[in-house]
Amino acid sequence: MDMKIPNPVRAAFAPTAEQDGRVIVNIGPSHPATHGTVQIITELDGERVLRADVHCGYLHRGFEKECESHTWHNLIPYVDRLNYCSALINDFAYCGAVEQMMGIEITPRARMLRTLLSEYSRIADHITCVAAGLMELGAMTAFLYLMTLRDYIYEHLADVTGARVTYSYGRIGGVARDLPEGWLKRLDEVLAEYEKFIDRIHGLMDRNRIFVDRMRRVGVLTQAQALSYGVTGPMLRSTGLARDIRKDTPYLAYADLDFEVPTGILGDNYDRYVVRMREMDESVYMIRQCVDLLPAGPVMTDDPRCALPDKQLVYNEIESLISHFKLIIDGPRVPAGETYYSQEGANGELGFFIVSTGEGQPYRVHCRAPSFIHMGVTHLMLEGGQLADVVPTFGSVNMIGGECDR
Amino acid sequence: MAERITSLLGVEATLSHGMPVVQFAPAQVLDAARELRDVHGYDMLLDVTAVDWMGQAPRFEVVWHFFRSTDCTRVRIKTRVEEAAPVVDSLTPLYGSAAFMERECHEMLGIAFRGNADLRPILLYEGFVGHPLRKDYDKHHEQPLVQYRDAEGQG
Repeated sequence: MDMKIPNPVRAAFAPTAEQDGRVIVNIGPSHPATHGTVQIITELDGERVLRADVHCGYLHRGFEKECESHTWHNLIPYVDRLNYCSALINDFAYCGAVEQMMGIEITPRARMLRTLLSEYSRIADHITCVAAGLMELGAMTAFLYLMTLRDYIYEHLADVTGARVTYSYGRIGGVARDLPEGWLKRLDEVLAEYEKFIDRIHGLMDRNRIFVDRMRRVGVLTQAQALSYGVTGPMLRSTGLARDIRKDTPYLAYADLDFEVPTGILGDNYDRYVVRMREMDESVYMIRQCVDLLPAGPVMTDDPRCALPDKQLVYNEIESLISHFKLIIDGPRVPAGETYYSQEGANGELGFFIVSTGEGQPYRVHCRAPSFIHMGVTHLMLEGGQLADVVPTFGSVNMIGGECDR
Repeated sequence: MAERITSLLGVEATLSHGMPVVQFAPAQVLDAARELRDVHGYDMLLDVTAVDWMGQAPRFEVVWHFFRSTDCTRVRIKTRVEEAAPVVDSLTPLYGSAAFMERECHEMLGIAFRGNADLRPILLYEGFVGHPLRKDYDKHHEQPLVQYRDAEGQG
């Protein structure tokens, strides 16, 4: 069979530059040293990167198109698969957007639970980023310590949501179910494990000469560049600007919590590592406050526009049966209009721009994915550096394919 | 309390779920963004996208979201463009983030951004025909890059 497979990507620069001793080296889309399916075409002079052209999209699955043919409620499993390292934050951000359109106030317990679980997910996400980044530099012990810890969190989240990675736990108007018996006790144990393991990571890495030499002043992003390129989250904070939606325009229960917004100085790989490590500590601090503040009560609103009626009533009462049927078949009706609602995701501002025409299905769902925006600035961080620095720099951006490529 | 934008280029802003929204003609968008950045200090362009209102007169609505990092306020700018000439000015002279997001909007909805030199596809592949987020693009439509082989493994 001789069939020419066309190249899916057109590089930004032609390989004619080879004549002045420069070479074009293609990294990815599937490369053993990078995590995430991404292609970086680099123009090299020796081992110095002169130009880099970052291509994402290999995990594109038509998320926004698919959203237009399902009910508002059925999208929850889809949004789970955006940032699959912290799927709960996606759930809550999407549900928050729909609730804003419908004017629904969630119950105090649901609000505190969402806050708690968002922070728990943020720890898992930052662990993934830090662990993978360390492993790519050869720190296998640190990687295994962190993965052990992440697995404690995943298993523990599975106890409340029923799944390890993609939870589908958010609901429009609340969360799917309350915490099981003994969950908070286990939470204490996991947080104690966290302190033990993170202490080891600090001891192994923070002043490790090899690590510092590979990370300090590598992959620098200035604050001006970060602002111009729409960079948010830990990457923006590593440049020294303390912008965090949780602090600046608090949502959920963040206004009731005491926490700091850690920042970096130089905006290099080391600062991004430090900011993520510090943010995890803040998250643990917030989780402990959430446990103390957790009010009793229902976890789902009783608003009949989105809440399913009690199963006993569905079987015994015609109004509840009809309500259940309409909510499942037609979906909850969202008033016509549009909104942009954002929460602080683990990688930055996770925004949903949703447009409704008053039907049970969305007219348009657009996800402002922080990873995608960050891919637009990554070439600046790679250019001028060494070829070997592509891997740690790209790792510190924490590109999550599911979210970036949608 | 942070101060919200009430008008831009003399156009009154409306409030949508707490966010000021200003509607412009396509030719005014670049000027409006310049005033936003230079006069009002909106230093971040967070998002560029579009909505396909198939069947309405100017078919596409292009939407920008801006952010001011000093007081964390936001503004939405919108414009409507015709199906025959879905062209708006690129914001790449003002914001670095525009380059990447306009590429996505271009491939997904076929909006052309005048002044953006690099509108190569990014989530889709080179040679993809059509714009998948348009309402007249059937979601089951297939155009595989590598042709399917039949059961015998021939051809």
